Amino acid sequence: MNDMTPTSAERAEKLQGMGCKRKRVEDIRFVQGKGNYVDDIKLPGMLHGDFTRSPHAHARITKIDTTKAAAVPGVIAVLTAETLKTVNLAWMPTLAGDVQMVLADGKVLFQNQEVAFVIAEDRYIAADAADLVEVEYEPLPVNVDPLKAMAQDAPVIREDIKDKTEGAHGPRKHYNHVFNWQAGDKAATDAAFAKADVTINELIVYPRVHPCPLETCQCVASFDKIKGELTLYGTFQAPHVIRTVGSLISKIPEHKIHVIAPDIGGGFGNKVGAYSGYICAIVASIVTGRPVKWTEDRIENLSTTAFARDFHMQTEIACTKDGKVTALRCYTIADHGAFDACANASKWPAGLFSIITGSYDFPTAHVSVDGVYTNKAPGGVAYRCSFRVTEAAYCIERAMDIMAQKLGIDPAEFRIKNLIRREQFPYTSVMGWQYDSGDYHTAMTKAMQTVDYKALRAEQKARQDAFKRGETRELMGVGVAFFTEIVGAGPSRNCDILGIAMFDSAEIRIHPTGTGICRLGTKSQGQGHETTYAQIIATELGLPADNIMVEEGNTDTAPYGLGTYGSRSTPVSGAATAMACRKIKAKAQMIAAYMLEVHDDDLEWDVDRFRVKGNPERFKTMTELAWAAYHEVPPGMEPGLEAINYYDPPNFTFPFGAYICVVDVDVDTGVTKIRRFYALDDCGTRINPMIIEGQIHGGLTEAFGIAMGQEIHYDEDGNVTTASLMDYFLPTAVETPKWETDWTTTPSPHHPIGAKGIGESPNVGGVPCFSNAINDAFAFLGATNIPMPHDHWRTWTAADKLGLHQ
Amino acid sequence: MAKSHISMTVNGKAVEALVEPRTLLIHLLREQLGLTGPHIGCDTSHCGACTVDLDGKSIKSCTMFAVQANGANVLTIEGMAAADGTLHALQEGFREMHGLQCGFCTPGMIVRAYRLLQENPSPTEDEIRMGISGNLCRCTGYQNIVKAIQFAAAKLGGVPFREAAE
Repeated sequence: MNDMTPTSAERAEKLQGMGCKRKRVEDIRFVQGKGNYVDDIKLPGMLHGDFTRSPHAHARITKIDTTKAAAVPGVIAVLTAETLKTVNLAWMPTLAGDVQMVLADGKVLFQNQEVAFVIAEDRYIAADAADLVEVEYEPLPVNVDPLKAMAQDAPVIREDIKDKTEGAHGPRKHYNHVFNWQAGDKAATDAAFAKADVTINELIVYPRVHPCPLETCQCVASFDKIKGELTLYGTFQAPHVIRTVGSLISKIPEHKIHVIAPDIGGGFGNKVGAYSGYICAIVASIVTGRPVKWTEDRIENLSTTAFARDFHMQTEIACTKDGKVTALRCYTIADHGAFDACANASKWPAGLFSIITGSYDFPTAHVSVDGVYTNKAPGGVAYRCSFRVTEAAYCIERAMDIMAQKLGIDPAEFRIKNLIRREQFPYTSVMGWQYDSGDYHTAMTKAMQTVDYKALRAEQKARQDAFKRGETRELMGVGVAFFTEIVGAGPSRNCDILGIAMFDSAEIRIHPTGTGICRLGTKSQGQGHETTYAQIIATELGLPADNIMVEEGNTDTAPYGLGTYGSRSTPVSGAATAMACRKIKAKAQMIAAYMLEVHDDDLEWDVDRFRVKGNPERFKTMTELAWAAYHEVPPGMEPGLEAINYYDPPNFTFPFGAYICVVDVDVDTGVTKIRRFYALDDCGTRINPMIIEGQIHGGLTEAFGIAMGQEIHYDEDGNVTTASLMDYFLPTAVETPKWETDWTTTPSPHHPIGAKGIGESPNVGGVPCFSNAINDAFAFLGATNIPMPHDHWRTWTAADKLGLHQ
Repeated sequence: MAKSHISMTVNGKAVEALVEPRTLLIHLLREQLGLTGPHIGCDTSHCGACTVDLDGKSIKSCTMFAVQANGANVLTIEGMAAADGTLHALQEGFREMHGLQCGFCTPGMIVRAYRLLQENPSPTEDEIRMGISGNLCRCTGYQNIVKAIQFAAAKLGGVPFREAAE
């Protein structure tokens, strides 16, 4: 062979396919300020909308007077619930089967609820006029405590359904009850607890938090009265779902709605739902005949569109004396706020919370969740996690630590003893999930060796002794977490949204010159889809990634998909991409056989070409085959080279990881310092290690924010006290720890390329790891369950309660 | 509302505008001048997405009136690359080191880093972290942003960039 001929490996490297740290395509525009976000959109004649919001958490509205607001020069219209009723849009259906007020109808149920929508020539005038809408309120008793929601005398939150004994998810046992949902085997679990050697029983609380992407929710609605068509630009993680829901709500035929999600400035779950602002902007555009833009400010974002968690989990573990878990029982109160607008797959009111047995081989378990209404904002999104998975992971990982402490066993050792073993995969959990693949012990061992876990414990022991002798006022905590996620929703037998199966899609067209375009039903919000999907195609089709354009977010051109959240893009659309490639490749193989005058089976694939077996000098490259597909296809074959795949995954994927955190705690100030954080992730096949590492850094930083300071807090009058970045903790570069990342690779056996998804793992595993580290620092003094968030004040308080300041 | 006539230099070009006294600089830039690189993330001057360089200082343009910038020399992300399209070392560094994900904080972050490197051409990691602490990023966890700025500092200083040991 001629020395100048590139080897297969050299050719493969040039493609920048899977496994390559390909630089991101998106960055070229972003680093030059040329991204195109919703607020950058400016249409001719565009108006601006702004809300008048409720200062009260719960109040009857006795009067709304829009006269003064409407009289402001530049104001075009003011919408209230009464105006929306004329188009039957005062209320809208939620993703969870409930209904929700678009604008307050008769009363307000949470602070900052939308009461009126002012449409004006510019955003300043709209804001001025929104302040001039006069609303008379008659305050009602407020409840923001989910544990009191089902009390006899609790305020009635939802008068519209107070007498309904049946909700979207079965019977309701109280007027503030949303649903009860159970999984597992109650009788077997109760029996196991009855004969348990050791049990723990703790209330583990995951407070209400908010995803807080840097770009808030926003949209531009433009209704063309002549054509009867609506174009809706917006910050949508799931554009097709918005189109379908928009059509069902507005009665505009679906083919006459064009939803476009341009660049999105972070989502983290916040941009899955349908919000009042979208509906009001659409109605306003229909009413005025002009495009209408709505942009949230940060306070509106934190206090009204989406929240996450607010799970109050009474958790028990049963265990043998020698540390084998025998049962898990969890009763959870889930605070859904004033309307059940949770973004879950429709049949799963508590999401995939039954992944609560985590990475451990529980013989039996039972979980029961009661959703309740309170005077808080609706939402219930998965903040950088699959539906309610981070709540489950937090719960089990805290509970395992608490049990280890009670048994007097090291928490890592206790986990190792109970982790599902490699030979048990595929593993069916007592909750019915089939974990696709895993090698937990290898991951845990690697993590412990890398950080020298034994040495850390020895150092900690020395520190504790010195503390007891009064030689130091600093404690050391070592946090361990081993998490299993369940992502890639989902198999249609498990998951749908309003009846639409949660498949996803990819459509690939290869052009005559061997370049191409891939369109998908997902939507990147920073994950780098334009880069990574092209890498899958590069490897599958042997075309350089640089020659593939990836396009998402336009419902007119993209195939139908359910969008990007719950780490589903790679598991579902990534699979669709590979499957579409394989259709194209099969056709290309037939064309190659025809051109080379051999049988299809006489060809073999070599990186970027089909070659004749045993005669590698005879080949046709994919680029040549692309050209041929448009001018010399075999007789009877359709010309062209394109394919579409709708992928309904046979199962979820189950990424996992072992995290270890080392923290130093000053007991006199409560100041904590994360000294080290090591994250080992196994996301199956790795498509772009650079992007994976970036996702882990970001997810860990969000986990750090949640564990160490975030909370959407309400006072007893229902005032949300943490609704700006003054009060809601977003870590800066100064607080953020340095991250050490590592990996093992256990491919998913059912995924075409073996990939599992990564974006959310670091959040799911990170939060309990931080919390375990803080708890671990105080554990030797008898603390068992110090609640999140672990900000300095609360940490100081925990030390104070232990008598450390006397 | 009566409008004021203001003039300033933005990315090397003289511009004039009529603004209300209350018009924020970010709205002048984005809505009147069409410079949509600087973004609005919080309205309370915490996030830094709106950061621009004004008369040699990083400022948050959501917290300054346009009239206050009358006569000023303003640099936004749109003015960072060379006239021939060559990226600034910071822009290159952010791409090379994967210092961005959703891209929303990036314009403010790069413009802030530009001023940081003007003031301190070879900052330590801690100095970089402190120097960008007025700019929030929700995606990257900052680690690669720090590397991106180190990359740019090395390139501008004419020394080879060595990634900090992990």
